[in-house]
Amino acid sequence: MNLKLKVWRQKNAQSEGKLVDYEARNIPPAASFLEMLDILNDELQAKGEEPIAFDHDCREGICGTCSLTINGIAHGPSATTTCQLYMRTFKDGETIYIEPFRARSFPVMRDLVTDRAALDRIKQAGGYITARVGSAQDANSTLIPKTAADLSMEAAACIGCGACVAACPNASAMLFVGASVTHLAALPQGQPERRERALRMVRKMDEEGFGNCSNHYECEAVCPAEIPITVISNLNREYAAASAREAAI
Amino acid sequence: MSVLDSKIPAGSLDKKWEQYKFNAKLINPANKRKYEILIVGSGLAGAAAAATLGELGFKVKCFCYQDSPRRAHSIAAQGGINAAKNYQNDGDSVQRLFYDTIKGGDFRAREANVYRLAQVSVNIIDQCVAQGVPFAREYGGLLANRSFGGAQVSRTFYARGQTGQQLLLGAYSALNRQIAEGNVEMFPRTEMLDLVLVDGHAKGIVARNMVTGEIQSYSADCVILATGGYGNVFYLSTNAKGCNVTATYRAYKKGAYFANPCYTQIHPTCIPVTGDYQSKLTLMSESLRNDGRVWAPKKKGDNRPPHEIPEDERDYYLERKYPSYGNLAPRDISSRAAKQVCDEGRGVGESGLGVYLDFSDAIKRLGEKVVRERYDNLFEMYEQITGENAYKTPMRIFPAVHYTMGGLWVDYELMSNVPGLYVLGEANFSDHGANRLGASALMQGLADGYFVIPYTIGNYLVSQLGKRPGTDHPEFKKAEAEVHARIKRLLAIKGRRSVDSFHRELGLLLWDLCGMGRTEKSLQRALKRIPILREEFWTNVNVTGENEELNQALEKAGRVADFLEFGELMCLDALQRRESCGGHFREEFQTAEGEALRDDEQFAHVAAWEFTGEKKPPIRHTEQLEFENVHLATRSYK
Repeated sequence: MNLKLKVWRQKNAQSEGKLVDYEARNIPPAASFLEMLDILNDELQAKGEEPIAFDHDCREGICGTCSLTINGIAHGPSATTTCQLYMRTFKDGETIYIEPFRARSFPVMRDLVTDRAALDRIKQAGGYITARVGSAQDANSTLIPKTAADLSMEAAACIGCGACVAACPNASAMLFVGASVTHLAALPQGQPERRERALRMVRKMDEEGFGNCSNHYECEAVCPAEIPITVISNLNREYAAASAREAAI
Repeated sequence: MSVLDSKIPAGSLDKKWEQYKFNAKLINPANKRKYEILIVGSGLAGAAAAATLGELGFKVKCFCYQDSPRRAHSIAAQGGINAAKNYQNDGDSVQRLFYDTIKGGDFRAREANVYRLAQVSVNIIDQCVAQGVPFAREYGGLLANRSFGGAQVSRTFYARGQTGQQLLLGAYSALNRQIAEGNVEMFPRTEMLDLVLVDGHAKGIVARNMVTGEIQSYSADCVILATGGYGNVFYLSTNAKGCNVTATYRAYKKGAYFANPCYTQIHPTCIPVTGDYQSKLTLMSESLRNDGRVWAPKKKGDNRPPHEIPEDERDYYLERKYPSYGNLAPRDISSRAAKQVCDEGRGVGESGLGVYLDFSDAIKRLGEKVVRERYDNLFEMYEQITGENAYKTPMRIFPAVHYTMGGLWVDYELMSNVPGLYVLGEANFSDHGANRLGASALMQGLADGYFVIPYTIGNYLVSQLGKRPGTDHPEFKKAEAEVHARIKRLLAIKGRRSVDSFHRELGLLLWDLCGMGRTEKSLQRALKRIPILREEFWTNVNVTGENEELNQALEKAGRVADFLEFGELMCLDALQRRESCGGHFREEFQTAEGEALRDDEQFAHVAAWEFTGEKKPPIRHTEQLEFENVHLATRSYK
């Protein structure tokens, strides 16, 4: 198949970017979206032009590195990561817009590559359970009901790609933070630091310039890990309870 | 006399680690913060080591090429992690996990290391649960288990089909805590390009900032490499696109011995290749073989759709050839069996390079709901990639390069022959022999990082207080100059072929000549062709752009340049190992039934290669493997 591409090119974080037209020719429908870009990049390099820079790594939908906005949608038309999007989803001759994830907290570094380190910093603020190596008790000594383990796992499946932020009109990271808080709050091990965790992560999120949730549900729609929107209401509850207690002390 | 001292402690197998820990030198808490440790890689081994050493009070710097430590390729491991917990009461024990691993590795691993691995496996599960890893549970709240290849007990712990992800996120969270506390400094998007030795000791690295192109030296009291395997030398593999051999290969060129590079694991259940544009292969977890049945048509060239092939015209070849393990035969054996079927012309799919993995019996027996609960994310992934629904029609699978058992040589303390250079996880050679069992990579990565290196590192460090050089030391300046010169050379070629085209060609060549089957002739051919390809690379590759920017073509070029040298070492090792064992199948050495034929008389040893200079042949050292506790037997899964 042949496609017309409009791709965001930007030399570095300091320079202005713009959409540049390219043609992708003879693309097999079974190729992945990133393989389509590989083919185009090979052609560009053969002509001595600089290839389009984009982030990717595992190419099996789990590492969360790939991060393209395709026709205005984070990760494109199907509810997967960009690397799991296949060209058979598109029509021959179609025009495709390819841009980086857009959010103030994700500055563009080059072309389609953005800096998502703010998500790491939110995690560092409290997205963990303090469990010193060597001090763990036998794993079966605490029974965890299957329902709690499943709820925790559902939230823990977040791949940290940041599509939720890119899709949100407010560039909110609440689905990401909600997933992290829900994952740990659902487990008995997560209880001791539960309140502190919610406070710290939300405050860091605000500090990093992410917006608030105003119920657009765009994040849930694009999430390749199918994190449910309920993690946001859960985050709100956790945060409210934690700040109420903090105010009372 | 061998130059390799494995430093295996004396005493009976089950007391060695205990005794070692007691004899290990300790560093007092006030002194710990005077030591700096560099850790390259942030996967299970690297992140676990960084978190644990940071927690102990050492000053740690951790480097990864990804934009976040959470994205290291450990994240892609699907099926699970083994541990000798015996929670299922099905006869498991440390001794049994040890034996299964030694046998699974075709008797080419070190007993003492493997035994220790089995011992600490139980602590790993405890640690991970304490961190909040949401392992699968039974309704009563106990941890659930499943079976994996090469074992007859259920000892594999799992978190859906995303066990690697959950374990890595656990290690990443522990790492984050140490970053927040200021004990670990993290350097993402930073790639190690050389190791620096001062007076023969590993004292630092030279790395490139992948955003600005800045070449920077970092000095320390010791260096830990946890940089994963070299499977991407084949271009197509289940590895992430960025996985590379550069860190370990650079260390090899600085004097670290590379052990058993010919031991590569071809995983039996991957989605078959569809075209030459393909950039990677996707694994379908081995756990699927718990319920899926592998088969091919009995007739050659039978291209009827699978549901039209009647039961008596199907060959469930694993169940037929290995009745006691059936579909759970180990990876190397299952892969070779699939290759044989396809070589006989009985392969399925357009290319004829595929066999069926069929769930229809499991769906009949358990119902679709249960199968969905166990494997739904894998079925979904399969459908996304192939467009086929595996609940309705069998999956098509074919073996693909997945893991590398070879790696830098290390002793019992996980230190290479270069003092101060430690190697953890897939990057070392130590625990899996010639074939790794499923769900054992996660176990080894975390064992090395959480439970081994924190105990063993003190023995070296205690003698190094105050010996850390500054990065203004001439050795650092020399290494920096070399790195600059190499980058300059790559950028100056401006030839006509892309980096990827060379990588693809190398990969195809190795897959054909040093893949699932190898012969003296094929290896000789590879050894002739690789230098020619390398020569062309250095005269005709086109690396666009410049160094002082985010330049993905340049990143790839450096890695492929190293693969082009490393591939030769791999073939050389395969050529010299004149036997078949585990993942290394020399077609000249097989039994009448087509099984691997080991030669314990001559090859019950580790081959460790020493670099002697550009264009000079490397020296092959050996470490004899002593089997005091297991009987060297022909592996049988029949």
